[in-house]
Amino acid sequence: MAVHISTVLRAGVTLATAFVLFGATLYLSRHGTTEPLYEAFTGEPEALRSVAGIWGAALSGSGRGVIQLGLLVLLATPIARVALSFVTFAAILDRTYVVAAGIVLAMLCLGLAGGPA
Amino acid sequence: MNVLQLTMLVGAGSVLAGLVGALTGLGGGVMIVPLLTLAFDVDIHYAIGASLVSVIATSSGAAAAFVRDGFTNVRIGMFLEIATTTGSLVGAVLAGLCPASLIAILFGAVLLYSAMVSTAEPRRTGADDLPDALAGRLRMDGRYPTPAGWRAYRVHRVPLGFGLAWVAGILAGLLGIGAGALKVVAMDQVMRIPFKVSTATSNFMIGVTAAAGAGVYLSQGYIDPGLAMPVMLGVTAGSWIGARLLAVIDTRLLRLVFSVLVSILAMEMITSGVFGGA
Repeated sequence: MAVHISTVLRAGVTLATAFVLFGATLYLSRHGTTEPLYEAFTGEPEALRSVAGIWGAALSGSGRGVIQLGLLVLLATPIARVALSFVTFAAILDRTYVVAAGIVLAMLCLGLAGGPA
Repeated sequence: MNVLQLTMLVGAGSVLAGLVGALTGLGGGVMIVPLLTLAFDVDIHYAIGASLVSVIATSSGAAAAFVRDGFTNVRIGMFLEIATTTGSLVGAVLAGLCPASLIAILFGAVLLYSAMVSTAEPRRTGADDLPDALAGRLRMDGRYPTPAGWRAYRVHRVPLGFGLAWVAGILAGLLGIGAGALKVVAMDQVMRIPFKVSTATSNFMIGVTAAAGAGVYLSQGYIDPGLAMPVMLGVTAGSWIGARLLAVIDTRLLRLVFSVLVSILAMEMITSGVFGGA
């Protein structure tokens, strides 16, 4: 199990970094000379908030969309690790830890869905 | 200042934050929020979102190595993650409800405390070989590699460790930090797990904890790609350099100097929260 977990973590971070770097190139080459506005919180557009929205934005070739997709891959890396643990514990019939992994997995999905609020 | 210049400056600052975070053992996230809010006037909610993302990147990288080498106790990590992810969700939702000034003050207080703790010599817990009923039932006892071969250890006081892990989760979600120090206290001091296993397992949990909170930040629109990009890349590079420097330099004096710096930053955060401007 340790080897697989290690591989998933490393692959996830590498893939995420690649997407972020690629998106950064697109974004900075197009919008590098514009004025940034971060002082007051206005919130990201709907397209950069949800899995489906980000996927669409990235496919349309938006630099910010591709960066956000990279960040989403990064966010999915620990989730994939927990899913892998879930399968591994299920395979050795370790019921206690199947339940534990299941709860953690549910919490992570709840977070991505917008939290309990 | 245009987007390119801001990206470069934030990136350079994040490299520094990752470096200091690795050298002090506080983690990169602890330095990012003060950097973005104090030096770049970024709204604290954006800063926390960017910080959480960088925390996932650095901890997943480090965790990969620890797991491979056999230091991480996956069962303990999995079990305590129930507490840290639940806490992280609560913290992230709280952050959406709290005014920026209150978060800044709380952040300053936690930062000040971490700076003090990081200079203290780690207290050694006595070897404790008596079995614990609950830890035994949960099959948490394990073994880890030492220069003299594999050494077995037993785990104790699971409920108290679980409670502390929950608090660490809330802080992670609310402040955008890994809260690794508190997770290590929960395992090393409370559950009497060997220090190396505690730090490795803490690292293992940090990514999952941060991911739970980061999901909430993302769906609420707190994660801006233009800001998170230089932060994530910078902190990752900085921590990587820091981890390699750790092996070759004496960090005792460095830790002291950085702790003073971090304390000053903490005071700044508190002042900015009290008098506005955060």
